[in-house]
Amino acid sequence: MAIDGAMALILLLVIVQIWLLSAALEASLAGHAETALPAALFSALLFLSCVALTLFVWRVDRDSRD
Amino acid sequence: MPFFRKPESEALWRDEFSIHTADERYVSRRQLTKFLTLASLGMFVGNLWILARSYWSRSAVFLRSRVAEADEIPVGGVKLFAYPTPADRCILVRTGEDEYNAFSQKCTHLSCAVYYERETNRLACPCHHGYFSAQDGSVLQGPPPRPLPRIVLERQGQGLVAIGMKVG
Repeated sequence: MAIDGAMALILLLVIVQIWLLSAALEASLAGHAETALPAALFSALLFLSCVALTLFVWRVDRDSRD
Repeated sequence: MPFFRKPESEALWRDEFSIHTADERYVSRRQLTKFLTLASLGMFVGNLWILARSYWSRSAVFLRSRVAEADEIPVGGVKLFAYPTPADRCILVRTGEDEYNAFSQKCTHLSCAVYYERETNRLACPCHHGYFSAQDGSVLQGPPPRPLPRIVLERQGQGLVAIGMKVG
């Protein structure tokens, strides 16, 4: 149950990152360079969250097998 | 990948090339989360690229380039030219007696070449029916998400000189 929730959350975070990437690219092409840094920082935060959730999933998966 | 596997776990080749077809097609939870995390890393790298691109593009320098003579183009007429590089096609439109507007000819939707519609006094993209204002390049209709980049012109006597480009 916890694993399923974590995997769903990872998928959601990746979807948000895809949207963030497209929005940042759109803004950059329109000449709004000031949005690039906040977008990169938030994308880093999302990536680190994905890593943390992945490690959680691996740990719970390993514990459930043992 | 050795970084994510314990030394005492099953050999990678046995896991990746299993005997049973169903086992070969099976995607474990670990593999799925690993794939999603790598996708997340890819998105982050993409954002870093956009940041680097924004940082370096700020220092763009545009050279002055004479593009046309004032009397060369009739009212309602156009001239195509290249600015700032030979690969950047632009369109110069004379919309009035003393009114000249120049824009990048690349549609902001999917980069088709726009043309001037004299009857409606607008720039049209034939690919997906996008329309831009001939005065300021703003989007009037259709799928283009951004206005056409404007070429900044300066009048020097009878000549028209491009001195820069304004995006957005």
